[in-house]
Amino acid sequence: MERNLIDSQIKGVSTGTTILAVTFNGGVIIGSDSRASIGGYYVSSKTINKLIQVHDRIFCCIAGSLADAQAVTKAAKFQISFHSIQMESPPLVKAAASVLKELCYNNKEELQAGFITAGWDRKKGPQVYTVALGGMLLSQPFTIGGSGSTYIYGYADAKYKPDMSKEECLQFATNALALAMGRDNVSGGVAHLVVITEEGVEHIVIPGDKLPKFHDE
Amino acid sequence: MAAVYMSANRPENAFSTVDLVPEWAQEEVSTGTTIMAVEFDGGVVIGADSRTTTGAYIANRVTDKLTPIHDRIFCCRSGSAADTQAVADIVTYQLGFHSIELDEPPLVQTAANLFKQTCYRYREELMAGIIVAGWDKRRGGQVYTVPMGGMIVRQPVSVGGSGSSYIYGFMDSNYKPGMTKEECLHFCTQALALAMERDGSSGGVARLAAITEEGLERRVVLGNQLPKFSNA
Repeated sequence: MERNLIDSQIKGVSTGTTILAVTFNGGVIIGSDSRASIGGYYVSSKTINKLIQVHDRIFCCIAGSLADAQAVTKAAKFQISFHSIQMESPPLVKAAASVLKELCYNNKEELQAGFITAGWDRKKGPQVYTVALGGMLLSQPFTIGGSGSTYIYGYADAKYKPDMSKEECLQFATNALALAMGRDNVSGGVAHLVVITEEGVEHIVIPGDKLPKFHDE
Repeated sequence: MAAVYMSANRPENAFSTVDLVPEWAQEEVSTGTTIMAVEFDGGVVIGADSRTTTGAYIANRVTDKLTPIHDRIFCCRSGSAADTQAVADIVTYQLGFHSIELDEPPLVQTAANLFKQTCYRYREELMAGIIVAGWDKRRGGQVYTVPMGGMIVRQPVSVGGSGSSYIYGFMDSNYKPGMTKEECLHFCTQALALAMERDGSSGGVARLAAITEEGLERRVVLGNQLPKFSNA
């Protein structure tokens, strides 16, 4: 118990978490739980929003140390707006992900945060990028992250299909979050989902009691 | 099998044991693994991967982790290979003796409790996570899980081992009560395949067994016959 206290006093509040982003036909859905915890035994916030909007059609979600993630996304948001103004056009999703990657890679010793960037741009349509802890950047059709993601690797591998419809994708993302929140004690609360398409951005919040229930609940 | 290295280049380490034995031989043999068991009406289906590792070396790629304890009772072993083999041998003896005294086939619950007694008493020394499954006349098909530490609980479906973390979501969403034997076998094959894809310590072939009143049916699904779940 003492070990946990010291750990979290040094590391601070951490989003033991479940985050994911999935492309579908015409857009991308990015989702997360809403729990922030200290050391895995105290929930410091039940309703934190881990989906940060870095530009009109680009969102990112954070896993790891909350302080690090907030600092990095704040810097990234500024850099992306500036870049967008200079270019006189909406930024590419890849550009936003690259900005995060630069920050993570150049400060890899001090930082402890990973990101998923998802969005829509005119050049390549819906995209999902992962920026891992050390600063690796990877583009994937869908990705899961955070402590709760270990429990849904099997589910995600089995159920994901390319080119889903928006409804199928919503169902997939909601189920995945519900399953992870059911098994990971540091993920929980409500499910936040954001649907990003060319037309715009739609924020959906599913409270804990409205999440899908499975056979043993 | 120890190779002796002449460390002329590093005189300060001339006689360090690190040089005498290759790295993988210093690690303990572990069944970092994926095991599972499912109850159905009339019996149980159990399954496991087949990889045993010592560090990064795969010591046995065709391991049989489904160990018979009695005619209709099996255990699935995960954790230290030595510990689980030793405990399984102890319980096999104890259960065999008990069954002779009783003059009838033993209960699955008895076998599971024998595992629990040993695992709990020696909890500090052992590294063993075991799933006990079988069929008996009193309660039909049963699955009991005895994880590290020595707890015992009966569950309709249970997964264990290092690879199990990745398939909790799949198990929660795909298990339905009232499945038939074939459906259970299919469910286990898929779950093992998914775990073996993601867990570095699980792999090889998928071994399955169905235990019913009639007897025992064992199956092996080879690596190239496992279901594929392709995504990027």
